[in-house]
Amino acid sequence: MATEPTLAPAVMEPVVISAAGLSYRHLNEQVRSAIRSGATEITLNDVMGHRYIGTGIHAPGVTIHVNGVPGEDLGAFLDGPHIIVHNNAQDGVGNTMNEGRIEIHGQAGDVVGYGMRGGRILIRGDVGYRVGIHMKGYRDKQPLIVTGGCAGNFYGEYMAGGCQVLLGIGQSDKKPVVGQYCASGMHGGVMYIRGELDGWKLGKEVQQIPLDRHDREFLKPVLEDFCETFAVKEKLLEFDRFVRIAPVSARPYGRLYVY
Amino acid sequence: MPSMRGNRHFIRRPHQEKDISACGIIGFINRDGTRVSGDAIIRSIANMHDRGNGLGGGFAAYGIYPEHADAYALHIMYDDERAIAETEALIRNTLETEHAETIPVHPNGTVTEYPEFRRYFCHAPDVEERDADEYMVRLVMRINAKIEGAYVVSSGRNMGAFKGVGFPEDLAEFFCLQEYEAYLWTAHNRFPTNTPGWWGGAHPFTLLDWSIVHNGEISSYGINRRYLESFGYACTLMTDTEVVAYIFDLLVRRHGLSFEQAATVMAPPFWQDIDRMPPDEAAEATALRQTYASAALNGPFAFLFGYNGGLIGLNDRVKLRPLVVAERGDTVYMASEESAIRVVSPDLDTLFYPVAGQPVIARLYSETAEKTSVAHGGTVHGN
Repeated sequence: MATEPTLAPAVMEPVVISAAGLSYRHLNEQVRSAIRSGATEITLNDVMGHRYIGTGIHAPGVTIHVNGVPGEDLGAFLDGPHIIVHNNAQDGVGNTMNEGRIEIHGQAGDVVGYGMRGGRILIRGDVGYRVGIHMKGYRDKQPLIVTGGCAGNFYGEYMAGGCQVLLGIGQSDKKPVVGQYCASGMHGGVMYIRGELDGWKLGKEVQQIPLDRHDREFLKPVLEDFCETFAVKEKLLEFDRFVRIAPVSARPYGRLYVY
Repeated sequence: MPSMRGNRHFIRRPHQEKDISACGIIGFINRDGTRVSGDAIIRSIANMHDRGNGLGGGFAAYGIYPEHADAYALHIMYDDERAIAETEALIRNTLETEHAETIPVHPNGTVTEYPEFRRYFCHAPDVEERDADEYMVRLVMRINAKIEGAYVVSSGRNMGAFKGVGFPEDLAEFFCLQEYEAYLWTAHNRFPTNTPGWWGGAHPFTLLDWSIVHNGEISSYGINRRYLESFGYACTLMTDTEVVAYIFDLLVRRHGLSFEQAATVMAPPFWQDIDRMPPDEAAEATALRQTYASAALNGPFAFLFGYNGGLIGLNDRVKLRPLVVAERGDTVYMASEESAIRVVSPDLDTLFYPVAGQPVIARLYSETAEKTSVAHGGTVHGN
């Protein structure tokens, strides 16, 4: 009886690609080609505004290191890989991401995690406007964005599910932890914000409430992950400095629709 | 004239009028006045090649004509010989010209068919210095509106705009921009989604030494245009951004507003924000909104505004277009993308995203009392 031969997993050397002089198309073709050949560790050097890095890649167990500033839509539709950016990122990180992990060791621009439906994004520094808008969650697909610094306006606008954690490291009188229209139109999911929050900045559909035991249990490993990933020593586990923001009603617009 | 094979109408006006959206912008100023070649701005805008589609690109450069620093430098694009004859007759009759020449060009890449470009270094005769700018503005409006096939590309002192149809890096080579030296450069890569790409519709849009490059669309174009027409401005270039250059001229030169006040007019704070301001500030913002309602810009925008004394970046009040600002030594950069800055200046002292609706103003040191950072209000990083 023929037995199926067991292939030893190919042991690939880490792949290093220089993006210098490459168009984003050629760079992304090389990344996909390396993954098809079995590479699990890929390092991209000299990245300078190359768009769509890691976009749509369905490959759990692959790690992509980015050295330089990646372009728009980094990890859009990402489905499994782990992307580590050692510098800042631009706009549209993790657009509609489904699974995997993105770490940004600098700051990120506008619209991080737009319509995100799964996976985890960690950003060490500040983020721009419209971060985590239209996030959604379903059963075990619960996306998470953790931002170390401060966020601009429209943070979590129209959130329908998942979780955002905003640590506000570096916040001050001149630099608020979050901008205006925070959580406006939010009708699902939860956000945890550390620091002083002016109530007028919040959407009318949400309320601020102190953390309970469940929140602390959820947050503890999330914060440990953040501190370990970015070697941050700040005392982030002072739970009394967090507020929980969640929708007042599960279906605030339910009565507005006609069936 | 070899460049105008058979008098083809290279810059003929488009038949339809629409809006534009999605472009790349970059500008930088050496605040100590050091002049540098076009090399850096070309590499910066070329790094954002994919933001455009080859249907428009352009540059503004300040400090490029020190040998004619006191003269108005008129850059004019011509469709045919008749337009040249008519315009030069007008210039002879209305201005004193200290020098005139063809702008040197080298066709290449995406730029193979093009209009004729000439420049004139002129003075307004028998006009008080105070009124000379107004005299020039009226002449520019007259050429653009009345002479078919002649368009003034720029008209300021010691500066010039270079623009056309093509990718910006090809246009830079076409206009030999590596041979010019400026302390302030801006550049634009166009992605016209609503108006046909034509030579007059490329950015920057200018008047005197005001120049503007813009990413977005000015939905209030119709209202702004009618308002400007009541002050004698003729919008002839068929693209929304044109109104922004003229609004700056109206508010700052003619009405004496500060740049901060002009920004409040163009990106007015919401009433709910005005309600939270201290009384004096609220009264000023209210007065500006009410007086200049027709000069408010509606629609998404990020723009860079250059003039002889500095560079200003401004977003619409809800930030629907990207803009990032960085500093390195005496240089301030403003761009659609961080990578366009890093490609020419890998190490930066500060990098931040401006707050929506609040201008970032980088003046020459000669125009300011103190050498302060422009990094205020936005989120600041020493990265």
